[in-house]
Amino acid sequence: MMFRRIFPHPLLTLILWAIWLLLNNSIDPGHIVLGGALAVFIPWLTSSYWPEQINIRRPWKLVHYILYVLWDILIANVIVAKLILGPQKKLNPGFLHYELQLTSPVGISLLANTISLTPGTVSCDLTEDRRYLLIHALHIDDVAEIKAEIYRKFEKPLLEIFVVC
Amino acid sequence: MLEWTLAILILLGAFFTLVGSIGLFKLPDFYMRLHGPTKASTLGVGAILVASAIHFSLKTDGVSLHEILVTLFLFITAPVSAHLMAKAAIHIKVKQVDRTRQLEK
Repeated sequence: MMFRRIFPHPLLTLILWAIWLLLNNSIDPGHIVLGGALAVFIPWLTSSYWPEQINIRRPWKLVHYILYVLWDILIANVIVAKLILGPQKKLNPGFLHYELQLTSPVGISLLANTISLTPGTVSCDLTEDRRYLLIHALHIDDVAEIKAEIYRKFEKPLLEIFVVC
Repeated sequence: MLEWTLAILILLGAFFTLVGSIGLFKLPDFYMRLHGPTKASTLGVGAILVASAIHFSLKTDGVSLHEILVTLFLFITAPVSAHLMAKAAIHIKVKQVDRTRQLEK
C-alpha cells in the first residue's frame, strides 16, 4: 500500500525519468537525482487526474509489439509511397467499421494509433459505445482481408497485453 | 562506410518526406490526403533522426539519444492529430471523392 501511495503510477515514473535524461542528453549524477525527484513528484501531484491504473500483463510482449509495429511502419511507408506515386484513378478509398474486442482505453488508443501509422489506413472515429472504430482506407481490395489483418497483427497481441482494470 | 550509411539514411528520409508532400498535393480528397503525412513523414523524419543520432554519437564523445524522443513524440502525436482532423472532417461533412465506399458494420 505504501508503495502505491508514493508511486501512484510506477510506469509513468520510469518513463518521465527516462524522458528527463534523454531531454538533457546526459547521465550526470545531478540530472539523475533531479530527474528522479521530478519523476516521483509529478505522478504524485497529478494522480487525482489519473484514477485508473494501467495494467500491463506482459511487458516483454509490449516491447515485442513495439518492435513489430516499427517494422510494419517501414513496410507501410513503401506501400503508401507506391500508392501515392502510382496512378490515382486506380485507388478505391472507403470507410470501414472495425469491431473492437479490446475494452481497455489504453489498448484501444494504442490500436487506433497503430492503425494510423500502418499501411493505407487512418483511424477516424470511435463510436460512443467503444465498440466500433471507423477507419478510412486509402485503397480497399477486400474488406474482410483488411479487418483480418488488423486483428491478426495488432489487436490479438494487444488483447494479450492489456487486461481490463 | 559510415559516411555512406548516413548519406543513404538521409536520402531515404528526404525521399519519404517528399512522397508525403506529393501525396498531400496530389490526392483528390481530404481523407486521402491525411494518409500522406501520417505515414510517409513519420518514416522520413525517423530516418533522418537515426542518421543524426549515429552521427553525433560517433563524432562527439558520449552518446546522443535525444533524437529518440523526437521520434517518440512524433509517433504519438501524428496519428492523434490525424484522428482528430478526420473526426472533425466527418462531423462537418467534408466532401469525399465519389468513388469512396461506405461499408456498413
